[in-house]
Amino acid sequence: MKTLKETACGQTVKVKRLHGEGPVKRRIMDMGITKGVDVYVRKVAPLGDPVEVTVRGYELSLRKADAEMIEVEA
Amino acid sequence: MSIKIALAGNPNCGKTTLFNALTGSNQFVGNWPGVTVEKKEGKLKGHSDVTIMDLPGIYSLSPYTLEEVVARNYLVGERPDAILNIVDGTNIERNLYLSTQLMELGIPVIMAVNMMDILEKNGDKIHLDKLSEKLGCPVVAISALKGTGIKEAADKAVDLAKKAATVTIAHSFADSVEAVISAVEAKIGSDVADEQKRFFAIKLIEKDDKIKDMMKSVPDVSAEVQKLEDEFDDDTESIITNERYQYISSIIHDCCTKSKKSEGGSVSDKIDKVVTNRWAALPIFAAVMFLVYYISVTTVGSWATDWANDGVFGDGWHLFGIGTSAYNDAADEYAPYDAEIKGFLEAAEEKAPDVTKEFTEVYDDEDAQEADVDAAIKAFTSNSAIKSLTTEVNIAGEDEDEELVNVNVATFETALEQEEPDPADYGVWVPGIPVLIGNGLDAIGCADWLSGLILDGIVAGVGAVLGFVPQMLVLFIFLAFLESCGYMARVAFIMDRIFRKFGLSGKSFIPMLIGSGCGVPGVMASRTIENDRDRKMTIMTTTFIPCGAKLPIIALIAGAFFDNAGWVAWSAYFVGIAAIICSGIILKKTKMFAGEPAPFVMELPAYHMPTVENVLRSMWERGWSFIKKAGTIILLSTIVLWFLMNFGWADGSFGMLEAEQLDSSILAAIGSVIAPIFAPLGWGNWKMAVAAITGLIAKENVVATFGILFGFAEVAEDGAEIWGQLGASIVPIAAYGFLVFNLLCAPCFAAMGAIKREMNNTKWFWFAIGYQTVLAYIVAFCIYQIGSVFTGNIHVVGLIIALLFVAGFIYLLVRPYKESDTLKVDMKKKAFAK
Repeated sequence: MKTLKETACGQTVKVKRLHGEGPVKRRIMDMGITKGVDVYVRKVAPLGDPVEVTVRGYELSLRKADAEMIEVEA
Repeated sequence: MSIKIALAGNPNCGKTTLFNALTGSNQFVGNWPGVTVEKKEGKLKGHSDVTIMDLPGIYSLSPYTLEEVVARNYLVGERPDAILNIVDGTNIERNLYLSTQLMELGIPVIMAVNMMDILEKNGDKIHLDKLSEKLGCPVVAISALKGTGIKEAADKAVDLAKKAATVTIAHSFADSVEAVISAVEAKIGSDVADEQKRFFAIKLIEKDDKIKDMMKSVPDVSAEVQKLEDEFDDDTESIITNERYQYISSIIHDCCTKSKKSEGGSVSDKIDKVVTNRWAALPIFAAVMFLVYYISVTTVGSWATDWANDGVFGDGWHLFGIGTSAYNDAADEYAPYDAEIKGFLEAAEEKAPDVTKEFTEVYDDEDAQEADVDAAIKAFTSNSAIKSLTTEVNIAGEDEDEELVNVNVATFETALEQEEPDPADYGVWVPGIPVLIGNGLDAIGCADWLSGLILDGIVAGVGAVLGFVPQMLVLFIFLAFLESCGYMARVAFIMDRIFRKFGLSGKSFIPMLIGSGCGVPGVMASRTIENDRDRKMTIMTTTFIPCGAKLPIIALIAGAFFDNAGWVAWSAYFVGIAAIICSGIILKKTKMFAGEPAPFVMELPAYHMPTVENVLRSMWERGWSFIKKAGTIILLSTIVLWFLMNFGWADGSFGMLEAEQLDSSILAAIGSVIAPIFAPLGWGNWKMAVAAITGLIAKENVVATFGILFGFAEVAEDGAEIWGQLGASIVPIAAYGFLVFNLLCAPCFAAMGAIKREMNNTKWFWFAIGYQTVLAYIVAFCIYQIGSVFTGNIHVVGLIIALLFVAGFIYLLVRPYKESDTLKVDMKKKAFAK
């Protein structure tokens, strides 16, 4: 299973499924990361975490631990 | 008929700008009941019967963040007449997600699409008529920044509210989902209004844990939920969210045309490439922080504070600084003479105390007649003992050189003849408020105690409140700018990795940095942190960082006990940072904090230039709220402490005391009572206790208080005069504990006022102060008890307790914990049914 956490910078991936539950998952979905959407991984913060992605035309940052909940496909 | 219109929208969509444009200066800022979320209301310009309610910026109506819960409780419970939904046109997909939720509330919605000008510059286009048709609500284009379209939007909202039209929901989900929603709607009783049923039905399907509190009777919908979850192989919350975004995607292609060139080429993208670049981000961050610190703390900020504290609320100040340098030159010239006079009098006092006392009584009396002074000088200098006196005086020259000068009667007389320069003679001198009031009180022959109360109690108290305001305003300009231009979100992005480990936000960096200059603006700077838990934690721990006023205490202890060793100051910062880190880790596991989930999924808004008006308005709002909310507590506590310090039993009766009689004051009595509490810390004598209490007015007072208690009217900033006496009164390890206690315990009243303002909740305020003081006590206790082992002075019981504390502390640090999944809110439950 490939997750958003493992996705390299500069790649665009499609969200396959969201794992986990509760506030973090809901928040991720509220921000527009839902099944089938394209996510472009823009960059990693200078200290290695969090990551910045482009989704639905805007920039979003999320922690790697949370990005692990997002299953993606190329 | 009065009309209520709610302003709702995502964060960073220009909502505040629109609100300011709609209401002008006619605003009322408060808090939502029971929570720290800011509540803003205002009257629509030109319509005194229309109230605009500015809801917190939110992305959704989920039950997981305080802002969202506050907003939806208002929308469902208070039922405004219309919702003005502001939408960022450059980010329309995600913004519409909230809109689809707002439209289900059964309240007429009008949509205002903001930033159309930017959109068009990029070559993109939104077809408003199509959007309006698809969503089933009026849509207007506005530019909140330029003020275009705002009046139309407001007029339409008022019309809509007046019509009280029934609301039809235009958007729809997949058929199977719609079927389940209808089935659940049918189950909901008549306690929910028909137009609200869809909202309640969807929330029930989403298994929203807060919706049940809003309903009188809750139908069982588990069968419907099960059916949906089986069909979609997902949880219902995800299904509904997916459906919303799917619906938006399905209409967005008809409503918007995107130009091809806008891909990855906007100015904001270019800025961001540099600013959060892997290698450049940290240096740029350091440079920005340095600039903020340098201007708001070191230079402009400290000038502003000095001017306010020593000028306006001190002796006075030179208008526009004219005459300051001339006065300083004159004062420098006079300094050696002053040193000669003081040195000679000191020596004279040793040799002939009676004669000297006779002289100084007249010489120091400001009201003495000139002839009397001349006579006194003559009598003094002609005394045989004085005539033969010669003494050596240290005179500080340029570049810290010191020069030994022989002083005899002749040099003493020459020195006396020199006029001491008066700042009022140079430039345009504006006397300070205490001077003006003091002169006024003298003129009307006011009683000593009353003028003391007014000058040292009330005026000093007001000064303590207002003295920090100029510096704070400087800082607030920076914060407002950093926030509204979009850099603050990047600060969180860059620093998150470090701070989240101990339950703080990346944005906590700024309060802590500013706190190393002064804790008051530091605490106020925590306002930029959105997350409630992170903010409270930052407020509680910011004052652990040694601020400027604590430096004299560090210098005093280092000088008196540790031969001015550099490690004392160094370790003070270490203790402060360690206290923040440990507190963060311990507190986030406590019941008080565990109730709030803190996901870090944050929008990085596009950079843009904020308007001057918005920056100034934000600065003023924060400054004013400090004066209003923090002012009272600071003023009252200053007055109470003034009373305790200046009244007491002296010469057999109760009354007002001279400054040197601090040891007979009520405060000294209190000090002796509470001193035993500090005995286990190794400094259980009343002088130390009293000094710690006066430190509450301002931390640098600790040094001055020691000065008075050890018999000096005035001491240098680092208290060099009392190093000897202080050093003899307690052991070094206890002194170090005393230092740590003063660094960590409750801060000065001004900072406490700021904490109270930012917590905005009495319980949390006392929890913060209590936590700080208890932590300070325990740490000082452990330092003394465990430290005593190494000095060969073991107290067995104390040592055991200290080791137990350390063990308990370690347990609290490492015990496992799980982040909460629900948000606990104790807002007053209201009758939400119709």
